[in-house]
Formats: sequence, C-alpha cells, structure tokens
Amino acid sequence: MSGKSQAAKNLRQERLLYLLSPIGLLVLWEIAIRAGLGDRRFVPAPSDIAERFWALCLSGELLWDTVVTLWRIIAGFLVGAIPGIAIGLCMAMWRGVRIIVDPLVAALFPVPKLALMPLILLAFGFGETSKIVVVAIGAFFPVIVNTYAGAANIEKIYIDVARNYGASPSVMFTRVVFFGALPLIFAGLRVALAISFIIGTAAEFVAAKSGIGYLIWSSWELLQVDAMFVGIVTIGLLGVITSTMFFEVERIVIPWKVQQ
Amino acid sequence: MASEPPRKGAKIEIANLSKTFEAMSGTVHALTDINLSIGAGEFFCIVGPSGCGKSTLLRILAGLERQTSGTIEIDSAGWKVENAMVFQESGLFPWMTVEENVGFGLMTRGVRGSEKSDRVEAALKLVGLTQFRRHFPHQLSGGMRQRGAIARAFVTDPAVLFMDEPFAALDAQNRTILQEELVRIWETTGKTVVYITHSIDEALFLGDRTAIMTAHPGRIKEIIDVPFPHPRNLMELTTSSSFGDLKLKIWRVLEEEVNRARASEDGA
Repeated sequence: MSGKSQAAKNLRQERLLYLLSPIGLLVLWEIAIRAGLGDRRFVPAPSDIAERFWALCLSGELLWDTVVTLWRIIAGFLVGAIPGIAIGLCMAMWRGVRIIVDPLVAALFPVPKLALMPLILLAFGFGETSKIVVVAIGAFFPVIVNTYAGAANIEKIYIDVARNYGASPSVMFTRVVFFGALPLIFAGLRVALAISFIIGTAAEFVAAKSGIGYLIWSSWELLQVDAMFVGIVTIGLLGVITSTMFFEVERIVIPWKVQQ
Repeated sequence: MASEPPRKGAKIEIANLSKTFEAMSGTVHALTDINLSIGAGEFFCIVGPSGCGKSTLLRILAGLERQTSGTIEIDSAGWKVENAMVFQESGLFPWMTVEENVGFGLMTRGVRGSEKSDRVEAALKLVGLTQFRRHFPHQLSGGMRQRGAIARAFVTDPAVLFMDEPFAALDAQNRTILQEELVRIWETTGKTVVYITHSIDEALFLGDRTAIMTAHPGRIKEIIDVPFPHPRNLMELTTSSSFGDLKLKIWRVLEEEVNRARASEDGA
C-alpha cells in the first residue's frame, strides 16, 4: 500500500517538475520583451498573448474555432485510422492483400499529403469534407504501416498455441492477431494523431474560413501577431490534452502492457 | 463426467517418420526413421541433447509441422480433442486473463456457458490458480504461468498431452513442485503424455519409459523402461541406488552421443 502511494507521489512530483522548463521559458521571454529586446508589435510578450487569449475566449470566437478544428481533426483521424487498422490486419493475414496494398503504400506514404490539397479541393469542394479527407489520408498511412508490422511480427508461440488449441481463422484474427498487434497499432495511432493536427491546421491555412489554422493565418495577414500566437498556443494545448487522453485510453485498452 | 478409473488416453504409433529441412548449407536431416509405439495412458519421456530434433518431433506429433515422410497414428476415437500442447515458455496470451487463457481451447471449440465456466473452474482448482483467475500473465510468476498453461491443456480434456520442456525455465524448487503436481494430475486423468526434456532426472522421475534421442541426424537411440512404481516421491527416488544406476546408464548413452556430436562439429 505505502509503496504504491509513494510511487503515485513520485509520479505527481515528476509531473509538476515537467512544468518547470516551459514556465521558466515564458518568464525569460516576458522579461526579455519588457526589457526592450525585440519589437513588441511583432513579438508580443506572454502577458499580451494571455490577454488576447482571454479576450478571444470571452467573445466565443476561440471556442468556436477550437470546436471546428477538433471536429475536422478527429473526424479525419477516425476516417483514416479505422480502415488503416482493418487493411493492415488483412495484409498480415492474407498474402494476396499484402501484394496488392504494399506497393501502393510504399509509393503514397512519402507524398506530402498537403500537396494533394488542390486535388482534394477539386474533388470535394471547399466544404468540410475536403479538410476531413486530407486529414484522413495523412492519418491512414502510419496506422496501416504499424498495424501490419504489429500483426506480421506477433511472437510465433502465440500463433502456435492458437493453432494447437483449435482456433478458426476468425478466432485467430479477432482474438490473437488483433490483440497481439495492439501495442504497435497504438504506436501508429499516436503518430497519426500528431499528423492529423499538423495537416488539419495547415489545411485550414489555405482552404478554410474558420478553425484555429484559419485564425493563425488570417491574424498573420492582418499582422495581429498576438492573435496568431493565441492560435499557436491553442493548437499546442489541444495537442497536449488529446495525447494525454490518448495515453489514458491506451492504458485501459492495453492493461497487459507493462507500464513504466 | 470423469469416472473411476480414468479411461486411458490415445495410443500413438509412429512409423518411419523423417523430417528434412532445406537450408543454405544444403539438406538438414532433422529426424530420420523414427519408429515409436506409445501405449494408451503412458507417460513417455524423450531425452536428448539440444538440437537432436526432439522438439521438432513433438511439433509434428501435435500437427504444428508436417513430416517429410512416414506416418503417425493417434488412436483418439471417443475423445473430442486429440491433443493439447504445453510449450517451453507458457505461451499464455498476455492480453487475456488467466481465466480467459485457460478457457481458450474451449472457446475455440464452441464450449460455452456454464459448461465452460465449470470446466475452467475445475482446471484452475487443479493447478491452484483459482485466486488468480482475473490476473494477467505478466502479474504472475514463471511457475504460476506454467501452471496456467497446464490448466489450459487439461481443460480441453485431450487424449494426449504434449509437453516441450515445460519446466526448463523454472527454478529448482518450483520445478520439483510442478513435477509432483503433474504426476498427480496424470495419475488421476489417465492421459497419454509425451514429455520432452534434456534432464535425465526429470525423465526418470516422470516417465514410464524414456527414449534417448541422438543428434545429426535425429534418431531414437534407445528406449529404456523406468520401473519405479507409482506414486513416486522425488526425494526418495533420486536418493535410491537403482535410480542412480539407471541415471548412469542413460548418461553413458548420452555422453557418447554428445561427444560424437561435438567431434563432428569440430571436424566441420
């Protein structure tokens, strides 16, 4: 008992220590600007950004942009990740699928997904769909590659056990291969989530009239540098929050993975 | 359900069994001309140096690999499940609880509901893991994991149990305890057991008969009767003089083989 609570205390302490360096950086930044280093119109102090952040929160503008961006990113992430998992598992199970899919993945994975934006706009127009599609394409590849790697490299003994104990192909798929691949699937999902944020925000630069990406880009065009920083900070915060939530989900879904 | 005395497990007839692999260096003769006849309900051990093909033989018997030539007949008529294997490392699925692992061979065969839970319960009790049913394998010690693997095999009520050095990775105390438990379970269930080991002591303590295998190519060199009556007590047995004589006899055969293998490796 006491060992456990001691460990929890250490963890809390460590998490608090994590805040040390970002806060230190902000303090230095504030001091430097106030001391007259840099032009405050172009490089606002953290206090200026906080002020603007608060104002945008109160007006409801920031909340709306956040909701719009999160919707696009999460919808795109899901639309890309779910087929990524399904096809990745099929690649590991059936050689034919792998032979068809592998070269396509190899060819398309390195293409910058934003380079496809004009094409996607042509196909889907300026509506929500185009943003969701580009995010989905970005999320798809890391998930399919990791899922396949995870499913194809399951320790042989688990396959042997399943065969010896009479597993049908469907049991093999749903109870052995899928779970055996889960840790790597999650690694792929984590990368895909980060990519979804990057692509989603960037797509809003060029092809949206709302969202955090739009806020950043339009503030830049209007030289409202503090509002621009508000957008950047918001994306950073959203990233931290979603990845924390992601870790919690992973902990629940993969209870057997030894925690560090 | 289980009646007294237990019905005997399957007879196994192996005739002219061979296995070759194609490797970079040419054809490897893993097993050559294996002929064995294992009786119903017999505890049959196979000892041999590492690399003699004993695991390959077991995997072929369990249907995990195919022989190149020869036949195997396992007379498991009247049994729903022909065989179950216990692997060297437990091979419990890390994503399933002990209970789910033990029930795996029932789930795959469509045994559900109260029949499944009753049988899992009995198997957990048999190996003393009832309290740990909701644990995941990584929360258990090596000995407990191996107990789980044994429960998973017995729960399917197979005609034959194949065991591939199941206790090799355990410490001496745990190994002794599990060996004694295995013998106790075997005596009450009457199953045919084919047990691979590299330990002569283990083979003599557990087996009714012991086959000695040789390497390059893998062959059965000799089959030795182990005449000690059951139930056996490990400590009493290992300190008796007849045990020592038999151990020495097997060791002479193995020693010759190990030296021969080493000489051929040095020559190569």
